[in-house]
Amino acid sequence: MSIRLETEKCIGCGRCADVCPGNLLVIEAGRARLRDARDCWGCTACVKACPRAAIFYTLEASLGGAGGRLYAENSRDTLTWVLRLADGEEQRIAVNKKQANDY
Amino acid sequence: MKLKEETSDILVIGGGAAGCYAALTLAAERPERSVLLVDKAGIERSGCLAAGVNALNAYITPGHTPEDYADYAAADAAGIVRDDLLLTMSERLNEVTRRMEELGLVILKDADGNYVSRGWRNIKINGENIKPLLAAAVRRAKNVRVLEHVDVVNLLKAADGRIAGAWGIDLREDAVCYFRARAVICATGGAAGLYRSNHPGAARHTMWYSPFNTGAGYAMGLRAGAEMTSLEMRFIALRCKDTIAPTGTIAQGVGAPQVNARGEKYQAGYGNTTSERLYAVVSENLAGRGPCYLETQGITAAQEQSLERAYLNMAPAQTMRWRETGLGPRTANVEVEGTEPYIVGGHTASGYWVDTTRQTTVPGLFAAGDVAGGCPQKYVTGAFAEGAYAAEGAACYAAAQEVLPVPTEAAAAVRARVERLREQPAAAPLFTVDALEEAMQQVMDEEAGGITAGYRYTERQLAAAAHHIARLTRLSEGLRAEDAYGLLKIFELRERLLVCRVLIEHMKARRETRWHCFAENLDHPAREARYEKYVNSRLKDGRVEIILRDLVKRGQHYEHTLGN
Repeated sequence: MSIRLETEKCIGCGRCADVCPGNLLVIEAGRARLRDARDCWGCTACVKACPRAAIFYTLEASLGGAGGRLYAENSRDTLTWVLRLADGEEQRIAVNKKQANDY
Repeated sequence: MKLKEETSDILVIGGGAAGCYAALTLAAERPERSVLLVDKAGIERSGCLAAGVNALNAYITPGHTPEDYADYAAADAAGIVRDDLLLTMSERLNEVTRRMEELGLVILKDADGNYVSRGWRNIKINGENIKPLLAAAVRRAKNVRVLEHVDVVNLLKAADGRIAGAWGIDLREDAVCYFRARAVICATGGAAGLYRSNHPGAARHTMWYSPFNTGAGYAMGLRAGAEMTSLEMRFIALRCKDTIAPTGTIAQGVGAPQVNARGEKYQAGYGNTTSERLYAVVSENLAGRGPCYLETQGITAAQEQSLERAYLNMAPAQTMRWRETGLGPRTANVEVEGTEPYIVGGHTASGYWVDTTRQTTVPGLFAAGDVAGGCPQKYVTGAFAEGAYAAEGAACYAAAQEVLPVPTEAAAAVRARVERLREQPAAAPLFTVDALEEAMQQVMDEEAGGITAGYRYTERQLAAAAHHIARLTRLSEGLRAEDAYGLLKIFELRERLLVCRVLIEHMKARRETRWHCFAENLDHPAREARYEKYVNSRLKDGRVEIILRDLVKRGQHYEHTLGN
C-alpha cells in the first residue's frame, strides 16, 4: 500500500517529511523523495498534509488496485477526498470534520 | 557523528497515544517538572493512530462499571490478565475521554448531551485528527520539550540498577543523543514486522499495526534486565481482505454477520472472543467452506455512504477499493482474512511486567500503552489512562531522585560504538538489512505460527525457529550503515530479532493452547490448569530466563518486591 509523488508539483516545504510516521520522506534538492515505496504504511498523513496535492495514494496491484489516484484537500472544517479513477472520472467525497462517524 | 546531551526530570520515550498523554498529565499535574518527549518521527502522526481511529472502544457507558470492563477483558484473554491493572485502567477511561473532548475531539452526543454508544463499551467519534489534537496540546505545554526524528535505542542504568536515562540517534542532525533523567517512561508501542505480512513485496507494509512500531521498547527493556509478561499471547487481527482495514466498523456499524461461502452464519459454533472470531475464519477456510465474509449485501445506500466516510477517517484504502471496483458493500459482501501476528499490549497482555503505578522491574522505568503488559483491551483510551498513571508514578519517583551523574566517558563510548557501524568494510557485507528481515519474517511465518502455518506450531518447529533467529542475529552483527537512517534500519532489525528470540521462548514455555490462533501449540492442543499462570521472562547473563507467576485476581494487587 503506498503513496506516489508528483515531483513537478512539489515546492519542497517539508510538511510530508515532518509528518511521515516512518521517516520515509526526505527533502533533497528542494523536492520530496520517498525512500522506498514498499515501506509505506498507507496512513495518508502526507497526502493530507501536502499543500499542493503533490502526493496521492494508490492501491498496489497486489491489493486489487486499478490505477486510481486518491488525493486530499484539507481545509479547516472539511477533508475532501478526490479520487481520480484510471479512466479519468473524478469522484469527490467530503467529510465534515465536526461530525462524528455514524458507525 | 556529533554528540548531544540532554537532561530532564522525566524522559518520555515515544510520542504516540500513551506518551503524549503522559506528557499532558505531567503538564497539568506537575508543571514544575521538566519533561522531554522524544519520538522517532513527528508527533502529529506518529504511532498507530497515524491515519486516525474510528471509535473509542474502551469507555464505561451508563449502567456499567469498571469491573464489567475488567471482566470482559479477562474473559477475552481466558484469564491471563492482571485484574489490578485492568481495574485501575478502567477507572480512568471516562476521565481521559472527557479530556480528549476538551482538546477538540468530536464525540457524537444525543439530544441530552450524552455520548452515543456503539455498544456497551464503545462511543462514536470523528477520530481522523486525534493525533494532531494530541500533538498540538503537547506543544502548548510549557514544561514539555519535544524532540522529533530521534530514535531511542537503549536505556542507561546507574551502577545500582536504577534508571539513568537513554541514548539514541538524531536522524536529521546525524548525532548520537545522550539523555539523562530522574525517571523514564517507555511508551514506544508494540512490535509489527516480526512475521511475514499478508502482502510481501510491493505492499509489504500493508498491515494492521504500524510497521514503524518495531518492538524497540521491549528490546531496550530486555537488554536493561526488565521483566516481560505474556509475549506468547500474540495478537492477530481479523481484517478486510487485501486492504487490511478494520472489520468492527462494518460488523458493529451495520450489524453485518459473518458468513462463509455457503452463506452459513458460522460464528456461534466457535465462541465469540477475539481469538475465537479469528479461529472461526481459519477453521472455515481449512474445512473448505471459505472464504468468509461480512454479509453487507443489501444494506441501504445511506448505510453504504456512512461506511465510506467512516473508512476515510481511518483506513482510506477500503473506501478507495469500493469505489475503484464499483463493488461497494451494498453490492458485494466484504471478504475477511487474518493478519500476521503482532506483539501488542494494548490488545493482548504482552509487555513490561509493571506494578499499579506502571513502574517496571527496573527502578525508575515506567511503561504505558502497547509496550506495557498484563492489561489487554486498552485501545486508545486505555493507553491514555496508562500514560496518566505512568506520568504520576514517574513524577513521584523523580521527586526523590537526583539526576544521576553519568560519566562523560560513557557517552563517548556509546558514540564510538555507533560510529563503528558506519565504518565501511573493505568488502561489501554479504547481506542487507532487507535480506535479513525477510529471512526473519519467513522463519517466524513458517516455524513459529505465522499466516502460512495457519498460526499453529509444534515444539520442534519452535526449536528450529530459535536456531534460525540466533543465526540471523549473528549475521546482523556484520551490517553496516551509510547514514543515520541506515543505522535506524539496523537497530530496528536487531530489536525485532531480540523480540522474536524471547517470543519463541515464551511460546515454548506455555505448553498448552490457551487461545486458538494467538498461541496454538499443536503438541499441547488443550487448555491446562497448571498454566493458569503468567509466563514472564527476562534476559539474565545473556540467557532468556522464564518465570511462571501466579495470577493476580479480583481483590488482589501486585507490587514489586526488592530483588524480585
